[in-house]
Amino acid sequence: MQIYLPIAEVSVNAFLLLGLGGMVGVLSGMFGVGGGFLMTPLLFFIGIPPAVAVATEANQIVASSFSGVLAHFRRRTVDLKMGGVLLVGGLAGALLGVQVFNALKAIGQVDLLVRLCYVLFLGVIGSLMFVESLNALRKSRKGGSVPKRPHHTWVHKLPFKMKFRTSGLYISVIPPILVGILVGILAAIMGVGGGFIMVPAMIYILGMPTKVVIGTSLFQIIFVTGFTTLLHATTNFTVDVVLAVLLLIGGVIGAQIGTRLGARLQAEQLRILLALIVLVVCGKLAFDLLLMPSELYSVGAGGGHG
Amino acid sequence: MIRLAVLFLLVALPAKAEEVVAGMSQNRVQITTNFDGSEILIFGAVKRETPLPDGPPLQVIITVEGPSSPLTIRRKNKRFGIWINSAAVEVDEAPSFYAVSTSAPWRDTIKDIEDLRHKISIDRAIRAVGLERRDAGDFVAALIRIRRGEDAYFNDFGGVTVSEETLFRASIKLPANLTEGDYITRFFLTRGGEVIDTHQSVIDVRKVGLEQFLFNLSRQQPLIYGIMSLTIAIIAGWLASAIFRWIRI
Repeated sequence: MQIYLPIAEVSVNAFLLLGLGGMVGVLSGMFGVGGGFLMTPLLFFIGIPPAVAVATEANQIVASSFSGVLAHFRRRTVDLKMGGVLLVGGLAGALLGVQVFNALKAIGQVDLLVRLCYVLFLGVIGSLMFVESLNALRKSRKGGSVPKRPHHTWVHKLPFKMKFRTSGLYISVIPPILVGILVGILAAIMGVGGGFIMVPAMIYILGMPTKVVIGTSLFQIIFVTGFTTLLHATTNFTVDVVLAVLLLIGGVIGAQIGTRLGARLQAEQLRILLALIVLVVCGKLAFDLLLMPSELYSVGAGGGHG
Repeated sequence: MIRLAVLFLLVALPAKAEEVVAGMSQNRVQITTNFDGSEILIFGAVKRETPLPDGPPLQVIITVEGPSSPLTIRRKNKRFGIWINSAAVEVDEAPSFYAVSTSAPWRDTIKDIEDLRHKISIDRAIRAVGLERRDAGDFVAALIRIRRGEDAYFNDFGGVTVSEETLFRASIKLPANLTEGDYITRFFLTRGGEVIDTHQSVIDVRKVGLEQFLFNLSRQQPLIYGIMSLTIAIIAGWLASAIFRWIRI
């Protein structure tokens, strides 16, 4: 069934969108990631304009994060204070990111920026995850212990300290704000929640306990992606609510299936699988940049003064 | 004597001798949620008060032109090992859709000079005013190539069927990714490559219902549209969580 998307102004197969949403949903349920970093490139591949894909994906992430955070609230694994501090940085970052996005859109380089960001981040994260899960797999075979997280790092020497009771931390607010800014910029430019950056940053840089990390990052992501959605909707008019709803339905169902599948598989093997998927998407995007395109020309809306 | 001269002139003027009377299967296309392109049947007749003239046969050209907008055409070049948009040309006006349907091969239908005057062929219809680059022609050619690939521009030589030099019909396929607006349909009657009569009508392409509501809201009240999108997302997220929790119990 073809469906006409009012903002993207293209007609696409509704079942394809539901299927994509479902597939990414399964992965996100299995691995506990938002899935934005997979969905946005997939939307590029099926012909949704990049600006619409990024803005709409931000809207969809609001839904999936909200659905996820409710479970964490019930388990009391959300550090609201830390979430608030991360959020301050996140909103500032989103504002900055949308400005950069709009400036580059005017000179026709936004597509390049988005793709470069994806290649860079997917490449780095995918490789790190792959190496780490291989090591973890080797260690678990040997029966070694899980490495302990460091307790005193440079983070503890900075000023403006604050007490985060839920996380059991007394650290400076500067690192969480910086992490928030970075994630906000990424959310605006790449159409991702940024969980894949934030979760490792919270564990390794801030030293937060693992059990509150996911809930807190989801809490922050809702507000940052919500803010990003509003910014894109009011400055670029690129949020397609029909597209968002279709992706969302598939995503929500997929996530539930994925959670059940994930419980039956082994964690290390799952991580290696995810790392491989991330690297494949990264490789495809990098190839597109490196190989000579079959069509050198592209047509964009005019009227810009760039 | 003067009357006779006037009468003679009237008969001699071929433009008056044959006129287009045209119709369309629909003069309105509604873009609904399940819109998947549309095929419009265009038909008409040639009205003439004199007997069929001798000489070259009557030919018909029909063009359908979508709303125009300014465009930027960009070209990628290899920089630092990757392909980057590095050159751009602005086109003042290019139609979002352009179809040319004729009753015979192009050469037999119209002379170049007439094409230039009436801007009928795809190349002539796309105006690229104020192009500074020497290779601007390449950019416009690329635009036409890309749009042809998307079936947004096409030629259908021989697509118009003329019967008895009087009745004609053609069908034009509108693609699924249509832009809203007035689609101008032009009819040209030619004999021996000369245009003898023209006629113009409009197909109104509009988003309707939900499509129209959402599009207008997103442009006129972007903040409300944004808040609405967020609300839908929040409710959907909450519903999903609630339903699956209920199923699990």
